[in-house]
Amino acid sequence: MELLQQILSTGLSTVTDVLPIVIVIFGFQLLVLRQKIPKLKRVLIGFVYVLIGLTLFLVGLEVTLFPIGKLMAQQLTDPVFIRQAAGVVSGSLQWDDYAWVYLFAAAIGFATTVAEPSLIAVAIKAQQVSGGSITVWGLRVSVAFGVAIGIALGAFRIVTGTPLHYYIIAGYVVVLIQTLYAPRMIIALAYDSGGVTTSTVTVPLVAALGLGLASNIPGRSALIDGFGLIAFASLFPIMSVMGYAQLGEWRARRQQQSDNGEINEDD
Amino acid sequence: MLVILGLTFFIRGLEQALFPIGESIAYAFARKGNVFWLLLFAFALGFGTTIAEPALTAVTAKAADIAALDGHISTDKAAKANYALGLRLTVAFSVGVAIVAGVLRILRGWPIQYFIMSGYAGVVIMTFFAPPEIIGIAYDSGGVTTSTVTVPLVTALGVGLANSIKGRNPMIDGFGLIAFASLTPMIFVMAYGMII
Repeated sequence: MELLQQILSTGLSTVTDVLPIVIVIFGFQLLVLRQKIPKLKRVLIGFVYVLIGLTLFLVGLEVTLFPIGKLMAQQLTDPVFIRQAAGVVSGSLQWDDYAWVYLFAAAIGFATTVAEPSLIAVAIKAQQVSGGSITVWGLRVSVAFGVAIGIALGAFRIVTGTPLHYYIIAGYVVVLIQTLYAPRMIIALAYDSGGVTTSTVTVPLVAALGLGLASNIPGRSALIDGFGLIAFASLFPIMSVMGYAQLGEWRARRQQQSDNGEINEDD
Repeated sequence: MLVILGLTFFIRGLEQALFPIGESIAYAFARKGNVFWLLLFAFALGFGTTIAEPALTAVTAKAADIAALDGHISTDKAAKANYALGLRLTVAFSVGVAIVAGVLRILRGWPIQYFIMSGYAGVVIMTFFAPPEIIGIAYDSGGVTTSTVTVPLVTALGVGLANSIKGRNPMIDGFGLIAFASLTPMIFVMAYGMII
Protein backbone atom coordinates (compact mmCIF):
# COMPACT_ATOMS: atom_id res chain seq x y z
CA MET A 1 0.00 0.00 0.00
CA GLU A 2 2.75 2.35 0.96
CA LEU A 3 4.61 1.41 -2.19
CA LEU A 4 1.56 2.23 -4.29
CA GLN A 5 1.27 5.62 -2.66
CA GLN A 6 4.92 6.29 -3.34
CA ILE A 7 4.50 5.29 -6.97
CA LEU A 8 1.59 7.71 -7.28
CA SER A 9 3.35 10.68 -5.73
CA THR A 10 6.56 10.08 -7.71
CA GLY A 11 4.51 9.66 -10.84
CA LEU A 12 2.84 13.00 -10.20
CA SER A 13 6.12 14.83 -9.80
CA THR A 14 7.44 13.19 -12.98
CA VAL A 15 4.37 14.41 -14.82
CA THR A 16 4.96 18.00 -13.67
CA ASP A 17 8.55 17.59 -14.81
CA VAL A 18 7.50 16.48 -18.28
CA LEU A 19 4.50 18.78 -18.70
CA PRO A 20 6.33 21.97 -19.73
CA ILE A 21 8.25 20.00 -22.35
CA VAL A 22 5.04 18.59 -23.78
CA ILE A 23 3.44 22.04 -23.81
CA VAL A 24 6.40 23.65 -25.59
CA ILE A 25 6.64 20.89 -28.18
CA PHE A 26 2.96 20.64 -28.99
CA GLY A 27 2.47 24.39 -28.83
CA PHE A 28 5.16 25.03 -31.42
CA GLN A 29 4.16 22.06 -33.50
CA LEU A 30 0.56 23.25 -33.77
CA LEU A 31 0.90 27.03 -33.73
CA VAL A 32 4.15 27.68 -35.53
CA LEU A 33 4.87 24.68 -37.70
CA ARG A 34 1.16 24.08 -38.26
CA GLN A 35 1.50 20.46 -39.04
CA LYS A 36 0.46 17.20 -37.50
CA ILE A 37 2.98 15.23 -35.57
CA PRO A 38 4.01 12.18 -37.55
CA LYS A 39 2.94 8.93 -35.91
CA LEU A 40 1.16 10.83 -33.13
CA LYS A 41 -0.16 7.70 -31.48
CA ARG A 42 3.26 6.09 -31.32
CA VAL A 43 4.80 9.22 -29.86
CA LEU A 44 2.11 9.55 -27.21
CA ILE A 45 2.55 5.93 -26.21
CA GLY A 46 6.28 6.59 -26.07
CA PHE A 47 5.75 9.53 -23.71
CA VAL A 48 3.65 7.31 -21.48
CA TYR A 49 6.48 4.75 -21.52
CA VAL A 50 8.93 7.43 -20.47
CA LEU A 51 6.68 8.49 -17.61
CA ILE A 52 6.10 4.95 -16.40
CA GLY A 53 9.75 4.07 -16.80
CA LEU A 54 11.07 7.07 -14.89
CA THR A 55 8.52 6.64 -12.12
CA LEU A 56 9.28 2.97 -11.56
CA PHE A 57 12.98 3.68 -11.77
CA LEU A 58 12.84 6.44 -9.16
CA VAL A 59 10.57 4.51 -6.82
CA GLY A 60 12.86 1.51 -7.12
CA LEU A 61 15.83 3.64 -6.16
CA GLU A 62 13.91 5.31 -3.38
CA VAL A 63 12.97 2.00 -1.78
CA THR A 64 16.24 0.14 -2.16
CA LEU A 65 19.39 2.02 -3.04
CA PHE A 66 18.94 5.54 -1.69
CA PRO A 67 18.41 4.57 1.97
CA ILE A 68 21.41 2.23 1.90
CA GLY A 69 23.57 4.79 0.13
CA LYS A 70 22.63 7.60 2.45
CA LEU A 71 23.09 5.42 5.52
CA MET A 72 26.52 4.34 4.32
CA ALA A 73 27.48 7.92 3.61
CA GLN A 74 26.53 8.84 7.17
CA GLN A 75 28.26 5.90 8.79
CA LEU A 76 31.45 6.24 6.80
CA THR A 77 31.80 9.91 7.58
CA ASP A 78 31.11 9.31 11.26
CA PRO A 79 34.26 10.31 13.18
CA VAL A 80 33.99 7.23 15.42
CA PHE A 81 34.20 4.89 12.46
CA ILE A 82 37.04 6.79 10.87
CA ARG A 83 39.09 6.71 14.05
CA GLN A 84 38.56 2.97 14.30
CA ALA A 85 39.42 2.27 10.68
CA ALA A 86 42.50 4.45 10.75
CA GLY A 87 43.60 3.24 14.17
CA VAL A 88 43.86 6.76 15.50
CA VAL A 89 42.86 6.78 19.14
CA SER A 90 43.36 10.39 20.05
CA GLY A 91 44.43 13.63 18.46
CA SER A 92 43.02 15.21 15.35
CA LEU A 93 42.42 13.29 12.13
CA GLN A 94 44.62 13.80 9.11
CA TRP A 95 43.38 13.75 5.54
CA ASP A 96 44.83 10.30 4.87
CA ASP A 97 42.71 8.79 7.64
CA TYR A 98 39.70 9.15 5.39
CA ALA A 99 40.79 6.47 2.89
CA TRP A 100 37.49 4.58 3.17
CA VAL A 101 35.57 7.72 2.42
CA TYR A 102 37.47 8.31 -0.82
CA LEU A 103 36.98 4.69 -1.84
CA PHE A 104 33.26 4.89 -1.11
CA ALA A 105 32.99 8.19 -2.94
CA ALA A 106 34.63 6.71 -6.04
CA ALA A 107 32.48 3.58 -5.89
CA ILE A 108 29.25 5.52 -5.53
CA GLY A 109 30.24 7.90 -8.32
CA PHE A 110 30.93 5.00 -10.66
CA ALA A 111 27.82 3.00 -9.78
CA THR A 112 25.35 5.88 -9.98
CA THR A 113 26.74 7.13 -13.28
CA VAL A 114 26.52 3.76 -15.00
CA ALA A 115 22.86 3.67 -13.98
CA GLU A 116 22.08 7.25 -15.05
CA PRO A 117 19.23 7.21 -17.62
CA SER A 118 20.16 10.45 -19.37
CA LEU A 119 23.68 9.17 -19.94
CA ILE A 120 22.23 6.02 -21.50
CA ALA A 121 20.18 8.24 -23.83
CA VAL A 122 23.19 10.24 -24.98
CA ALA A 123 25.27 7.07 -25.35
CA ILE A 124 22.63 5.45 -27.57
CA LYS A 125 22.52 8.56 -29.74
CA ALA A 126 26.31 8.75 -29.91
CA GLN A 127 26.56 5.14 -31.02
CA GLN A 128 23.99 5.74 -33.77
CA VAL A 129 25.64 8.91 -35.00
CA SER A 130 29.20 7.67 -34.87
CA GLY A 131 28.27 4.54 -36.76
CA GLY A 132 29.40 2.33 -33.90
CA SER A 133 32.93 3.65 -33.41
CA ILE A 134 31.76 4.91 -30.02
CA THR A 135 30.02 2.15 -28.13
CA VAL A 136 27.31 2.67 -25.54
CA TRP A 137 29.30 0.79 -22.93
CA GLY A 138 32.60 2.41 -23.75
CA LEU A 139 31.10 5.85 -23.24
CA ARG A 140 29.20 4.91 -20.11
CA VAL A 141 32.20 3.31 -18.45
CA SER A 142 34.59 6.11 -19.32
CA VAL A 143 32.14 8.73 -18.05
CA ALA A 144 31.64 6.68 -14.89
CA PHE A 145 35.41 6.56 -14.36
CA GLY A 146 35.55 10.31 -14.68
CA VAL A 147 32.78 10.78 -12.13
CA ALA A 148 34.43 8.32 -9.73
CA ILE A 149 37.70 10.24 -9.80
CA GLY A 150 35.84 13.54 -9.57
CA ILE A 151 33.77 12.60 -6.53
CA ALA A 152 36.77 11.09 -4.73
CA LEU A 153 38.74 14.28 -5.31
CA GLY A 154 35.72 16.33 -4.23
CA ALA A 155 35.57 14.36 -0.97
CA PHE A 156 39.28 15.03 -0.50
CA ARG A 157 38.60 18.72 -0.98
CA ILE A 158 35.92 18.75 1.69
CA VAL A 159 38.23 16.91 4.09
CA THR A 160 41.13 19.28 3.53
CA GLY A 161 38.94 22.35 3.16
CA THR A 162 40.84 23.85 0.22
CA PRO A 163 38.90 26.36 -1.90
CA LEU A 164 36.74 24.84 -4.61
CA HIS A 165 37.68 27.18 -7.42
CA TYR A 166 41.38 26.18 -7.40
CA TYR A 167 40.39 22.67 -8.39
CA ILE A 168 37.85 23.77 -10.94
CA ILE A 169 40.19 26.24 -12.60
CA ALA A 170 42.98 23.66 -12.72
CA GLY A 171 40.47 21.23 -14.21
CA TYR A 172 39.53 23.76 -16.89
CA VAL A 173 43.18 24.16 -17.84
CA VAL A 174 43.55 20.38 -18.28
CA VAL A 175 40.34 20.28 -20.35
CA LEU A 176 41.60 23.08 -22.60
CA ILE A 177 44.93 21.36 -23.19
CA GLN A 178 43.19 18.07 -23.94
CA THR A 179 40.84 19.85 -26.35
CA LEU A 180 43.85 20.79 -28.47
CA TYR A 181 44.97 17.18 -28.84
CA ALA A 182 41.74 15.14 -28.76
CA PRO A 183 40.16 13.94 -32.02
CA ARG A 184 37.78 16.61 -33.28
CA MET A 185 34.70 14.45 -33.41
CA ILE A 186 34.75 13.62 -29.72
CA ILE A 187 35.04 17.15 -28.35
CA ALA A 188 31.39 18.18 -28.38
CA LEU A 189 30.31 14.80 -27.04
CA ALA A 190 32.89 15.00 -24.26
CA TYR A 191 31.65 18.44 -23.19
CA ASP A 192 28.10 17.11 -23.22
CA SER A 193 28.90 14.14 -21.05
CA GLY A 194 29.92 16.54 -18.32
CA GLY A 195 26.37 17.82 -18.13
CA VAL A 196 24.48 14.57 -18.36
CA THR A 197 26.23 12.69 -15.59
CA THR A 198 24.58 14.55 -12.80
CA SER A 199 20.92 13.78 -12.84
CA THR A 200 18.26 11.77 -11.07
CA VAL A 201 20.51 9.09 -9.59
CA THR A 202 23.76 10.84 -8.88
CA VAL A 203 22.64 14.09 -7.31
CA PRO A 204 20.74 12.81 -4.23
CA LEU A 205 23.43 10.31 -3.24
CA VAL A 206 26.34 12.61 -3.87
CA ALA A 207 24.63 15.44 -2.02
CA ALA A 208 24.10 13.13 0.95
CA LEU A 209 27.79 12.25 0.94
CA GLY A 210 28.86 15.89 0.73
CA LEU A 211 26.56 17.02 3.52
CA GLY A 212 27.54 14.07 5.71
CA LEU A 213 31.23 14.84 5.29
CA ALA A 214 30.88 18.56 5.79
CA SER A 215 28.77 18.23 8.93
CA ASN A 216 31.07 15.66 10.57
CA ILE A 217 34.41 17.35 10.04
CA PRO A 218 35.15 20.12 12.51
CA GLY A 219 35.45 23.53 10.95
CA ARG A 220 33.38 22.75 7.85
CA SER A 221 29.99 24.28 7.28
CA ALA A 222 27.46 21.90 5.77
CA LEU A 223 25.89 24.75 3.86
CA ILE A 224 29.05 26.13 2.32
CA ASP A 225 31.41 23.15 1.98
CA GLY A 226 28.69 20.60 1.26
CA PHE A 227 28.24 22.04 -2.20
CA GLY A 228 30.68 21.56 -5.01
CA LEU A 229 30.77 17.78 -5.38
CA ILE A 230 28.44 17.99 -8.35
CA ALA A 231 30.78 20.45 -10.02
CA PHE A 232 33.55 17.86 -9.73
CA ALA A 233 31.26 15.21 -11.13
CA SER A 234 30.54 17.29 -14.20
CA LEU A 235 34.14 18.34 -14.86
CA PHE A 236 36.05 15.06 -14.74
CA PRO A 237 33.98 13.09 -17.26
CA ILE A 238 35.01 15.65 -19.88
CA MET A 239 38.62 14.63 -19.33
CA SER A 240 37.93 10.91 -19.17
CA VAL A 241 35.84 10.89 -22.36
CA MET A 242 38.51 12.79 -24.28
CA GLY A 243 41.04 10.41 -22.79
CA TYR A 244 38.93 7.48 -23.96
CA ALA A 245 38.89 8.86 -27.49
CA GLN A 246 42.62 9.55 -27.43
CA LEU A 247 43.27 6.00 -26.25
CA GLY A 248 41.03 4.63 -29.00
CA GLU A 249 42.84 6.67 -31.61
CA TRP A 250 46.23 5.67 -30.33
CA ARG A 251 45.28 2.00 -30.40
CA ALA A 252 43.85 2.30 -33.89
CA ARG A 253 47.07 3.92 -35.05
CA ARG A 254 49.19 1.21 -33.47
CA GLN A 255 46.97 -1.42 -35.04
CA GLN A 256 47.48 0.21 -38.41
CA GLN A 257 51.21 0.35 -37.94
CA SER A 258 51.43 -3.30 -37.03
CA ASP A 259 49.19 -4.16 -39.99
CA ASN A 260 51.49 -2.20 -42.26
CA GLY A 261 54.41 -4.00 -40.69
CA GLU A 262 52.91 -7.36 -41.54
CA ILE A 263 52.29 -6.32 -45.11
CA ASN A 264 55.87 -5.19 -45.40
CA GLU A 265 57.04 -8.51 -44.09
CA ASP A 266 54.95 -10.26 -46.69
CA ASP A 267 56.66 -8.22 -49.34
CA MET B 1 13.44 -5.18 -10.01
CA LEU B 2 11.56 -1.90 -10.28
CA VAL B 3 14.76 -0.19 -11.32
CA ILE B 4 15.39 -2.57 -14.21
CA LEU B 5 11.76 -2.53 -15.30
CA GLY B 6 11.74 1.26 -15.13
CA LEU B 7 14.90 1.58 -17.20
CA THR B 8 13.52 -0.77 -19.85
CA PHE B 9 10.34 1.27 -20.16
CA PHE B 10 12.32 4.48 -20.24
CA ILE B 11 14.57 3.33 -23.08
CA ARG B 12 11.59 2.10 -25.12
CA GLY B 13 9.86 5.45 -24.63
CA LEU B 14 13.08 7.22 -25.52
CA GLU B 15 13.30 5.53 -28.88
CA GLN B 16 9.61 5.86 -29.59
CA ALA B 17 8.88 9.41 -28.45
CA LEU B 18 11.75 11.63 -27.39
CA PHE B 19 14.29 10.86 -30.13
CA PRO B 20 11.88 10.94 -33.10
CA ILE B 21 10.06 14.05 -31.92
CA GLY B 22 13.28 15.96 -31.31
CA GLU B 23 14.50 15.06 -34.77
CA SER B 24 11.22 15.68 -36.58
CA ILE B 25 10.98 19.14 -35.05
CA ALA B 26 14.54 19.86 -36.11
CA TYR B 27 13.73 18.79 -39.69
CA ALA B 28 10.51 20.78 -39.73
CA PHE B 29 12.27 23.95 -38.63
CA ALA B 30 15.09 23.41 -41.08
CA ARG B 31 12.56 23.05 -43.92
CA LYS B 32 10.64 26.10 -42.80
CA GLY B 33 13.86 28.04 -42.75
CA ASN B 34 12.67 30.56 -40.19
CA VAL B 35 15.52 31.14 -37.78
CA PHE B 36 13.53 33.39 -35.46
CA TRP B 37 10.96 30.73 -34.59
CA LEU B 38 13.64 28.09 -34.21
CA LEU B 39 15.50 30.25 -31.71
CA LEU B 40 12.31 31.08 -29.87
CA PHE B 41 11.56 27.38 -29.66
CA ALA B 42 15.08 26.73 -28.37
CA PHE B 43 14.66 29.36 -25.67
CA ALA B 44 11.22 28.09 -24.63
CA LEU B 45 12.51 24.53 -24.41
CA GLY B 46 15.47 25.54 -22.26
CA PHE B 47 13.53 27.89 -20.02
CA GLY B 48 10.43 25.74 -19.66
CA THR B 49 12.21 22.53 -18.77
CA THR B 50 14.55 24.16 -16.30
CA ILE B 51 11.98 26.14 -14.35
CA ALA B 52 10.10 22.89 -13.60
CA GLU B 53 13.20 20.92 -12.63
CA PRO B 54 12.77 19.56 -9.06
CA ALA B 55 16.52 19.32 -8.40
CA LEU B 56 16.88 23.02 -9.15
CA THR B 57 14.08 23.90 -6.73
CA ALA B 58 15.91 22.04 -3.97
CA VAL B 59 19.23 23.72 -4.69
CA THR B 60 17.78 27.23 -4.82
CA ALA B 61 15.98 26.72 -1.50
CA LYS B 62 19.30 25.78 0.10
CA ALA B 63 20.98 28.75 -1.51
CA ALA B 64 18.39 31.06 0.04
CA ASP B 65 19.19 29.56 3.46
CA ILE B 66 22.85 30.35 2.99
CA ALA B 67 22.17 33.89 1.88
CA ALA B 68 19.95 34.46 4.89
CA LEU B 69 22.58 33.00 7.20
CA ASP B 70 25.15 35.44 5.89
CA GLY B 71 22.81 38.36 6.34
CA HIS B 72 22.51 39.19 2.64
CA ILE B 73 18.75 38.97 2.85
CA SER B 74 16.46 38.97 5.86
CA THR B 75 15.68 35.60 7.41
CA ASP B 76 11.90 35.68 7.08
CA LYS B 77 10.20 33.23 4.75
CA ALA B 78 9.01 35.71 2.16
CA ALA B 79 12.49 37.11 1.54
CA LYS B 80 13.91 33.62 1.21
CA ALA B 81 11.20 32.48 -1.17
CA ASN B 82 11.76 35.60 -3.20
CA TYR B 83 15.49 34.99 -3.41
CA ALA B 84 15.00 31.33 -4.36
CA LEU B 85 12.50 32.23 -7.07
CA GLY B 86 14.84 34.87 -8.46
CA LEU B 87 17.62 32.33 -8.58
CA ARG B 88 15.42 29.79 -10.33
CA LEU B 89 14.37 32.33 -12.94
CA THR B 90 18.02 33.29 -13.42
CA VAL B 91 19.08 29.70 -14.03
CA ALA B 92 16.12 28.97 -16.32
CA PHE B 93 16.82 32.12 -18.30
CA SER B 94 20.48 31.20 -18.65
CA VAL B 95 19.62 27.71 -19.89
CA GLY B 96 17.27 29.25 -22.46
CA VAL B 97 20.07 31.53 -23.63
CA ALA B 98 22.44 28.56 -23.71
CA ILE B 99 20.22 26.47 -25.98
CA VAL B 100 19.72 29.48 -28.28
CA ALA B 101 23.49 30.01 -28.49
CA GLY B 102 24.01 26.29 -29.07
CA VAL B 103 21.44 26.16 -31.88
CA LEU B 104 22.99 29.23 -33.49
CA ARG B 105 26.35 27.53 -33.31
CA ILE B 106 24.98 24.47 -35.12
CA LEU B 107 23.39 26.67 -37.78
CA ARG B 108 26.59 28.56 -38.42
CA GLY B 109 28.94 25.66 -37.83
CA TRP B 110 31.19 27.53 -35.43
CA PRO B 111 33.64 25.28 -33.58
CA ILE B 112 32.52 24.53 -30.05
CA GLN B 113 35.93 25.01 -28.41
CA TYR B 114 35.82 28.79 -28.71
CA PHE B 115 32.48 28.95 -26.93
CA ILE B 116 33.51 26.63 -24.16
CA MET B 117 36.83 28.39 -23.69
CA SER B 118 35.27 31.83 -23.46
CA GLY B 119 32.64 30.34 -21.15
CA TYR B 120 35.37 28.98 -18.89
CA ALA B 121 37.13 32.30 -18.97
CA GLY B 122 33.84 33.93 -17.96
CA VAL B 123 33.43 31.51 -15.07
CA VAL B 124 36.97 32.06 -13.84
CA ILE B 125 36.72 35.84 -14.02
CA MET B 126 33.36 35.84 -12.27
CA THR B 127 34.75 33.59 -9.53
CA PHE B 128 37.12 36.32 -8.44
CA PHE B 129 34.37 38.90 -8.09
CA ALA B 130 31.44 36.86 -6.84
CA PRO B 131 30.71 36.57 -3.11
CA PRO B 132 32.39 33.34 -1.87
CA GLU B 133 29.25 31.73 -0.49
CA ILE B 134 27.55 31.70 -3.88
CA ILE B 135 30.45 30.03 -5.73
CA GLY B 136 29.70 26.44 -4.63
CA ILE B 137 26.04 26.81 -5.52
CA ALA B 138 26.86 28.42 -8.84
CA TYR B 139 29.19 25.57 -9.81
CA ASP B 140 26.64 22.98 -8.76
CA SER B 141 23.73 24.67 -10.52
CA GLY B 142 25.49 24.00 -13.81
CA GLY B 143 25.15 20.30 -13.14
CA VAL B 144 21.57 20.09 -11.95
CA THR B 145 19.85 21.96 -14.75
CA THR B 146 19.63 19.14 -17.26
CA SER B 147 16.95 16.62 -16.42
CA THR B 148 16.47 13.11 -17.68
CA VAL B 149 13.73 14.10 -20.10
CA THR B 150 15.42 17.24 -21.40
CA VAL B 151 18.71 15.58 -22.25
CA PRO B 152 17.48 13.06 -24.86
CA LEU B 153 15.20 15.66 -26.43
CA VAL B 154 17.87 18.33 -26.70
CA THR B 155 20.42 15.83 -27.98
CA ALA B 156 18.00 14.62 -30.66
CA LEU B 157 17.26 18.24 -31.61
CA GLY B 158 20.94 19.02 -32.04
CA VAL B 159 21.73 15.89 -34.02
CA GLY B 160 18.61 16.36 -36.15
CA LEU B 161 19.56 19.96 -36.95
CA ALA B 162 23.11 19.03 -37.83
CA ASN B 163 21.79 16.23 -40.04
CA SER B 164 19.36 18.42 -41.95
CA ILE B 165 21.77 21.25 -42.67
CA LYS B 166 24.20 20.71 -45.48
CA GLY B 167 27.84 20.58 -44.56
CA ARG B 168 27.31 19.86 -40.87
CA ASN B 169 28.64 16.71 -39.34
CA PRO B 170 26.23 15.40 -36.69
CA MET B 171 29.11 14.06 -34.63
CA ILE B 172 31.07 17.31 -34.56
CA ASP B 173 28.20 19.80 -34.69
CA GLY B 174 25.20 17.92 -33.33
CA PHE B 175 26.38 17.45 -29.77
CA GLY B 176 27.29 20.24 -27.42
CA LEU B 177 23.90 21.74 -26.54
CA ILE B 178 24.00 20.16 -23.08
CA ALA B 179 27.48 21.49 -22.49
CA PHE B 180 26.21 25.02 -23.09
CA ALA B 181 23.30 24.45 -20.78
CA SER B 182 25.59 23.43 -17.95
CA LEU B 183 28.05 26.27 -18.45
CA THR B 184 25.92 29.42 -18.63
CA PRO B 185 24.07 28.92 -15.32
CA MET B 186 27.39 29.16 -13.46
CA ILE B 187 28.06 32.60 -14.92
CA PHE B 188 24.51 33.84 -14.47
CA VAL B 189 24.17 32.61 -10.89
CA MET B 190 27.41 34.32 -9.86
CA ALA B 191 26.15 37.50 -11.49
CA TYR B 192 22.92 37.10 -9.53
CA GLY B 193 24.93 36.72 -6.31
CA MET B 194 26.83 39.91 -7.07
CA ILE B 195 23.75 41.99 -7.83
CA ILE B 196 21.61 40.92 -4.88
